[in-house]
Amino acid sequence: MRLSAANLACHRGGRDVFAGVSFAAASGELLAITGRNGAGKSSLLRTVAGLVRLTEGEFTLDGGDAELTIAEQAHYLGHQDALKPSLSVGENLRFWAGFFGQKPIAIAPPLESVGLDALADLPAAYLSAGQRRRLSIARLLAVKRPIWLLDEPMSTLDTAAQERLVGFMRSHLAEGGLILAATHGPLGMGATQELRLDQAVPGAPQ
Amino acid sequence: MSELAALLVRDMRIAVRVGGGALMGVMFFLVVVAIVPFAVGPDLALLKRIGPAILWLAALLASLLALDRLFAADHEDGSLDLLLMSRAPLELVVLVKGLAHWLTTGLPLIIAAPLIGLLLNLDGQAQGALVLTLLAGTPALTFIGLIGAAIAVALRRGGLLLAVLVLPLTVPVLIFGVAAANAGAAGPALFGMPFTVLCALSLASLVIGPFAAAAALRQEIE
Repeated sequence: MRLSAANLACHRGGRDVFAGVSFAAASGELLAITGRNGAGKSSLLRTVAGLVRLTEGEFTLDGGDAELTIAEQAHYLGHQDALKPSLSVGENLRFWAGFFGQKPIAIAPPLESVGLDALADLPAAYLSAGQRRRLSIARLLAVKRPIWLLDEPMSTLDTAAQERLVGFMRSHLAEGGLILAATHGPLGMGATQELRLDQAVPGAPQ
Repeated sequence: MSELAALLVRDMRIAVRVGGGALMGVMFFLVVVAIVPFAVGPDLALLKRIGPAILWLAALLASLLALDRLFAADHEDGSLDLLLMSRAPLELVVLVKGLAHWLTTGLPLIIAAPLIGLLLNLDGQAQGALVLTLLAGTPALTFIGLIGAAIAVALRRGGLLLAVLVLPLTVPVLIFGVAAANAGAAGPALFGMPFTVLCALSLASLVIGPFAAAAALRQEIE
């Protein structure tokens, strides 16, 4: 599987967020998207997820499921955790697994992987920021989708949880997955490729 | 379909939990109707005459109450992004959210209506007509409201905008709902025509609402 894009541009709110961005990533590759704050890292991930419209260019996915859009084959881990405080940890995960069409739904293994199995019956309102993040990550493990779009995946995680996430990312890549990660810090593992957005923006300081 | 079933269960669960809209809607409905006799006075004939209109107005306001959070809550916590990445069509996702809203706010109102109708001196026949018209008409309120909820999704305090957008669109539902309820109270002869129009309004909004709301969401999310 190979996700490629040539000469992407995104124009929002009267300014160019990014322009002239090209990349290609294949199965088993981690593409790190770096750049200063406001360089358009999050916007680029959101365009892949189909949540922001591109002004120019398009994404092509070779070797994926032809009947599905790229967004329908991707997991998006954004800044927000998409959890409902009034539902329990288990109910939150069970909902997303069911909603993304995972059959059969098994929530115990992913919860155990992120270390939240003991809290399955606790309302999500009582979770700390890091625990909420881990529950969000459990969604990626509970439902198989080949493309992971991670926006600052290491934020709010403690060292042990960061190591676990690196493990999940490694095994996802080993299974033939593909990861696009926006980051300004170290990812804890070597990226196959790096896309620096500052350089891609015309007129930006090099 | 299991995707949509999961969404229905989740939305209904959230609505009936603490802080959800279900209980708040029906309590609001009961309180609004209960204070009318205090304002109008103990004129039984008058209460009987305006009763169906009061109940319909209260049902309209009560179903608007939880509507502004329908998409805004999902937008704020990032759930809406993931709902948009579903393999189920967005129109169906929106339809199911509307259905969950109706089951948790519309249906309790209909069950509570005969009870609170006693306060407005409604007899058995009038109560029966009222319940029938609410059953046929409240889905229209929800599905018209979906459009407003989708347009107001990204706004803080979007509730006010929602009311301004949605209330004018609900005028036909109100007219035919109250007309059918009044006609039904007087006798079955004149009940059919306004009731049929009410059913037609509900069916039309069931189709138009989800499509318009889904289109609005796609625009807003940018």
